[in-house]
Amino acid sequence: MSSATLTERPTRSTLFDGLSRYIPIGATVALLVAMYLGGVANYRNFDNPQLIADLFIGNAGLLIVAVGMTFVILSGGIDLSVGSVMAFSTMACAWLTVEAGLPASVVVPSVLAFGLLSGAFTGAIIHYFDVQPFIATLAGLFLYRGLTLQISDHDMSIREIDFFSWGMQRVEFGSPRDGGFSLPYISFIAFGVVILAFVVLHYTRFGRSVYAVGGSEQSALLMGLPVARTKVGVYAISGFCAALGGVVAAFYTKSANPLAGVGLELDAIAAVVVGGTLLTGGAGFVLGTVAGVMVMGLLSTIIAFQGNLSSWWARIVVGVLLLAFILLQRVLARSGERRKG
Amino acid sequence: MIKALDAAGEGKANAYLKRLMWPLIVLAALLIVNIVVTGFGFIVPEVHDGRLGGAFVNILRRSAPLLLISLGMTLVIATKGIDLSVGAVYAIGAAVACQFLLDRDQSSMQNVAVAVALALAIAAVIGAWNGTMVAYFGVQPIVATLIFMIAGRGIAQLITGGQIPNVADSSPFVEIGRGAVATVPVPIIIGVAVFAALVLLTRTTALGMLLESVGGNPEASRLAGIRSKGITVLTYLIAGICAGLAGIMGAANLGSADANNGGLWIELDAILAVVIGGTALLGGRFFLLGTTIGVAIIGTLEVTIINVGLSSQWQFTDKAIVVFIVALLQSPEFRAWILKPFRSRGAGQAPTEPDSEKALAK
Amino acid sequence: MSDEPIVQMTGITKDFTGVRALDGVDFTLRPGEIHAIMGENGAGKSTLIKVLTGVHSPDAGRILLDGEPVRFHSPGHAQAGGVSTVYQEVNLTENLSVAENLFAGREPRLGPFINFRAMRRRAAALMSDIGVDLNVAAPLSSYSIATQQLVAIARAVDIESKVLILDEPTSSLDREEVAVLMRVMRRLADSGTALVFISHFLEQVYGICDRMTVLRNGRLVGEWATADLPENELIGHMLGREVEALAGIEQRTAEHEPAGAEPLLSATGLGRKGSIAPFDLEIHPGEVVGLAGLLGSGRTETARLIAGADRHDSGGLEFDGRRVTGHNPRTAAARGIGFCPENRKTEGLVGDLTVAENMILAMQASRGWARAVPPARRAELVAQFIAKLDIRPANPDLPVKNLSGGNQQKVLLARWLLIEPRLLILDEPTRGIDVGAKADIQRLVAELSDEGMSVLFISAELEEVTRLSDRIAVLRDRELIDVLHEESDMTTERIVDTIVTRGSAE
Repeated sequence: MSSATLTERPTRSTLFDGLSRYIPIGATVALLVAMYLGGVANYRNFDNPQLIADLFIGNAGLLIVAVGMTFVILSGGIDLSVGSVMAFSTMACAWLTVEAGLPASVVVPSVLAFGLLSGAFTGAIIHYFDVQPFIATLAGLFLYRGLTLQISDHDMSIREIDFFSWGMQRVEFGSPRDGGFSLPYISFIAFGVVILAFVVLHYTRFGRSVYAVGGSEQSALLMGLPVARTKVGVYAISGFCAALGGVVAAFYTKSANPLAGVGLELDAIAAVVVGGTLLTGGAGFVLGTVAGVMVMGLLSTIIAFQGNLSSWWARIVVGVLLLAFILLQRVLARSGERRKG
Repeated sequence: MIKALDAAGEGKANAYLKRLMWPLIVLAALLIVNIVVTGFGFIVPEVHDGRLGGAFVNILRRSAPLLLISLGMTLVIATKGIDLSVGAVYAIGAAVACQFLLDRDQSSMQNVAVAVALALAIAAVIGAWNGTMVAYFGVQPIVATLIFMIAGRGIAQLITGGQIPNVADSSPFVEIGRGAVATVPVPIIIGVAVFAALVLLTRTTALGMLLESVGGNPEASRLAGIRSKGITVLTYLIAGICAGLAGIMGAANLGSADANNGGLWIELDAILAVVIGGTALLGGRFFLLGTTIGVAIIGTLEVTIINVGLSSQWQFTDKAIVVFIVALLQSPEFRAWILKPFRSRGAGQAPTEPDSEKALAK
Repeated sequence: MSDEPIVQMTGITKDFTGVRALDGVDFTLRPGEIHAIMGENGAGKSTLIKVLTGVHSPDAGRILLDGEPVRFHSPGHAQAGGVSTVYQEVNLTENLSVAENLFAGREPRLGPFINFRAMRRRAAALMSDIGVDLNVAAPLSSYSIATQQLVAIARAVDIESKVLILDEPTSSLDREEVAVLMRVMRRLADSGTALVFISHFLEQVYGICDRMTVLRNGRLVGEWATADLPENELIGHMLGREVEALAGIEQRTAEHEPAGAEPLLSATGLGRKGSIAPFDLEIHPGEVVGLAGLLGSGRTETARLIAGADRHDSGGLEFDGRRVTGHNPRTAAARGIGFCPENRKTEGLVGDLTVAENMILAMQASRGWARAVPPARRAELVAQFIAKLDIRPANPDLPVKNLSGGNQQKVLLARWLLIEPRLLILDEPTRGIDVGAKADIQRLVAELSDEGMSVLFISAELEEVTRLSDRIAVLRDRELIDVLHEESDMTTERIVDTIVTRGSAE
């Protein structure tokens, strides 16, 4: 056998480089903790556990959509249609159950399947015809908003459908008086989606291919990875999550609003970036997206507690956070390039 | 030699016209449909109160803000970039102008001038900021302009204190949006003026050619000695000013500034207009006249839907259809796929290769 | 080493628009042998490999793998069929770990889930088999390019290929790493894998390969056992003796040697890590300096440093006797240095812009965007150079991408001639263009230098270099090894000798 073994010492500390991947998400978590502690220090009742629980109730839909968006952004793409798909799904649920009288147990799976398939269709156009994701999903944004408005241009109530009252039923964890909190089923749906996404991204071949394609699509192709399946798959997942978000919205509001979700894609993208995922793809964590959603939710909560600040401050702060994270990513990228020489 | 140059000039004009052919045909078709449905009154301008009116004139007047933004967007896209913040800058421009006039003498021309100048200055600063992020910090255009897209309206709200500042109808300010000079509505005049100014700027100086070079082949442009950083910042600066001016026009027309809804989603319409007009999203050659036709198409489309009797909910769906068609037609893979049954066997390469070939083509 | 070929390619022909890249080429590969494919740029080596691995489909010819006819339609397909490739550029994904890269797409699984422990164990075993010890859980990006290349090779090795193609695998490896690679290759060959080795490092080829196939201009020159082909004969086959119909361009005479003149440009210790070793070079006014060497010897890298296209990290430049600081394309152009890069399509011309616009680009760039070149002057200059260089079609408003290669090259030349540079750097200006245009360009270079312009000239065709140059800098393996200046030295034989002897004198 060979007498000499070459020991490769990495050009920079493996520890650092392995860890540098976690710096952005670390920053997000630190921010989250700082915000929470700041809130507890400044406001009464901020330390009520229900406050944290509430973050996952009002934002359950956003969380699910943002998880889907994470897949797409990790692969190097973007999906602008999620807000419209979500609104369309809620409206479809409403119309099919209320007007068409179909049973909810048939309608909901159909709506979810439609979200999956329409996403796959978009992904196919993006991959096989080399249409830029921005443009293809922009078309989706217009299309599904239009279809939603065509079903109805005013709110449609679904209160009468029993099925949709299931979502907001609560599970108690301890009694409210003793520092307990409660969460409705929709929050558990959101948690389930997060856990599933985490497992898929980190423990399946498909998930690793998503990272590979986002890192370098050309390399992934030459390595023989199933690039087409991966790209179509991430958009299918995003479509599915948007549809699921719509179903969750149906549970939450028990009505379908044709203008719901306008701008949701922006919130989702912001949550993903603030959560540490690179907009260029290839790096990021779905748990980071969760942290990002929490940051944005906590921000609104703090503003509400402050009382005298208008909600538009939230927008400015999110913009500043976005700027900070983008510059952080630039700095990390540049220092990485410099070390390699 | 002279004859050759003449023919050459013709050749260039021909290529240019060919590029504009499709958008012109679409516009003409839409106009014809409208005339058929509503009669010639659609296109013939009438005079009301010393102002030109008529359906088509109104379309042009209402589309003026979109035109300004789309023209700025055209230049940004030519450099392989994009500007998502223009809607927010629109809102900020409107907010600054109206807020400045709010507690001042609104009939004073001087105040109006200052309000406008201030709004444009702030819009320019934001544009320069975007350009600096892209050119000097190396941030992707989508990402860099996303920041202001999200935060900008919050800033606009900050400026107006969450209120909607009103400007009196008697103020000269509203003339910017509602007035007319020699019966031609002011917004149309401003639109034409900005169009002319940008055409002059890009075609009488070398700015247009250098922009197209930087967007068409950044590395070749670098090796040829082009200073691309300054040009990039200038482009975003122009886009910012155009957006600010559009916001001023919109606010003048309404007599107020709505930080939440002013110019909402106008960036998407602008990108659509640019793409319809023949400028590719990947950068390079740009067509200001094409963009203008694209804006006219979008404006006319909206009215056509109504005139034809479709409900207004079709607005979104038809825009989606237009985006789809344009995007697919611009895709070489799509064109190859559609024409495959018509191509003779053995001509050219098998279409199954593109991915790997592209991957290994250096 | 059995005698039944594992790969048999016969009569392979491949055309690209207007260019015949391969013309009836045969290639035979036997199991257990290490087989080199040799040839200069445009010889067709990479096209042949791309045909075998499914990137291109041949227009004619047959491929047999293990006796069965095959036609792969993608690298993935070829990989599945047992033909793996390791490319010159590391095609792995840096953001994933070493282990993940090794097993991407074929990770060991427990049910639907990846078994990370098993994967890391196998990865560590794989790397230690190769003789490289590293942390397989670390991200690939934390290792040098050289190490990443070894990981790429390990990945290909593990896939258990019948055929392993290594395309310039040693470009970024140092001595030790090359030794490791050679050991791995030998071991693979001994166990029955057939290896194809493409490299311009002649001593490596001679060190490890059993057989060689030489290609030239898309045709097969021949196949030899390494032991039967001495190095200078090999180079002779690769470069050949082209009989060009290039009359009227005489050998440069001594009178053009500027006697004792101050150098226009003087590079001392100029170098760039990983690109070209520090070198000294002087260029005098009115002189033509040729850069000669085999593919990969560093000619383009040398030219780019002088042109300011790449930044040097050692040594310095003097221009006109004055030290140069902040050397980049813009300041270089301002000083009067023009640079026509090797790849005119990706680095030279802007395809959608017209002939006129491409021509005026450098001049316009130097004036900034605000001061346009007056239209009349521009039209005059453009017309002048279209005529002078005989550019066809003579239409200044055609998009330059519609012109043939030769005419495109002339447009690019015109761009720099327009600014009347004092030093013109031409990197392979005659590559891929027809004989008539070639002659035009060579004549032009001679005229320009007669008129006092200095020219730095790179060409893979040594006849061109010897014909036009006053002095010739010879490069080998990213190092400038000698500068020939005697008139008697301006021959192809002398250049080849220099490459061969200097290289083996270590």
